[in-house]
Amino acid sequence: MCGAKAGGPDLAGVDVASETIIQGSVTRDGEPVNGYVRLLDEGGEFTAEVPTSATGQFRFFAAPGTWTLRALVPGATVDRKVVAQQGAFTEVAIAV
Amino acid sequence: MSRSDVLVDADWVQAHLDDPKVVIVEVDEDTSAYDKNHIRNAVRIDWRKDLQDPVRRDFVDQEGFEKLLSAKGIGNDDTVVLYGGNNNWFASYAYWYFKLYGHESVKLLDGGRKKWELDSRDLVAEVPERAATQYKAKAQDTSIRAFRDDVVAAIGNLNLVDVRSPDEFSGKLLAPAHLPQEQSQRPGHVPSARNIPWSKNANDDGTFKSDEELTRLYTDENVDLAKDTIAYCRIGERSALTWFVLHELLGQSNVKNYDGSWTEYGSLVGVPIELGAGK
Repeated sequence: MCGAKAGGPDLAGVDVASETIIQGSVTRDGEPVNGYVRLLDEGGEFTAEVPTSATGQFRFFAAPGTWTLRALVPGATVDRKVVAQQGAFTEVAIAV
Repeated sequence: MSRSDVLVDADWVQAHLDDPKVVIVEVDEDTSAYDKNHIRNAVRIDWRKDLQDPVRRDFVDQEGFEKLLSAKGIGNDDTVVLYGGNNNWFASYAYWYFKLYGHESVKLLDGGRKKWELDSRDLVAEVPERAATQYKAKAQDTSIRAFRDDVVAAIGNLNLVDVRSPDEFSGKLLAPAHLPQEQSQRPGHVPSARNIPWSKNANDDGTFKSDEELTRLYTDENVDLAKDTIAYCRIGERSALTWFVLHELLGQSNVKNYDGSWTEYGSLVGVPIELGAGK
């Protein structure tokens, strides 16, 4: 597998202006990790979950507000708080 | 019906990988996940191509289901073990589907593909060969399937459980947040529905909570277990998971999954819709 790519997946074909995008990558010692990322709302409730790509990347289409990202990988769970805005994409790098 | 009749853990699956009477079936939202790798000897069912009518919005019919299972090498007396990504959403949907067409022995792998991966168990790319069968399906058991008129009639009368996330329930989001949000239907929920997100049924690793925790979840949310229940979500896959919990794990007799779910209800002309958080 090639190394981790910085940032989230390619945004070609995505209508960024109308979406509220939270994306990024999950790495361990700079290498991509295969695992899952969950998106939790302000109340800590599950909203969505995606597997990371082969290059460790993930993306959510959320709504403006404060969210928590929870990376689940073999042997570790890491939380990150993020604030998302419509028309902009929020990039989050999660090291586990 | 008890938990062990309908749910198996990874060790059980590991021990039955070469059992000729057990067919392991992967059903994923991301239908290409199987191509990358899967549990050894597992076959794939594509929920979109294999389970839906190619033209109308409906399931494949009885004959179509027979053809599908025959081609997959699944016999009427085989035990089918379903698993998939996304916390078994689509595996639960397929489970409900197998029950709809009367398959006798079906089980879910607790935790699905995620738990299997988080445990670092083996996955392979090799696709197994299974000889075709002559599968015979039963007529649809509509006692577990709700249609739109059932939902409208249930408002204020039966338990309606909206299993989507709180933000979809309130109308802030129109789809789960891993999907783009452009949709034609109106946001909101069916009046009198309780919002009990599917995720409250499961632990972070995708395994189901205990029967005691699950019973408490529904009774604490004022679901009257003495009444009939209809569960819905956006397209009927997450609510199939809640149907599995109520009907199969907790043994509630009158529970239906509304597969039209919000993409149908939110597009109906003239039906009542409620916005905002649950009461």
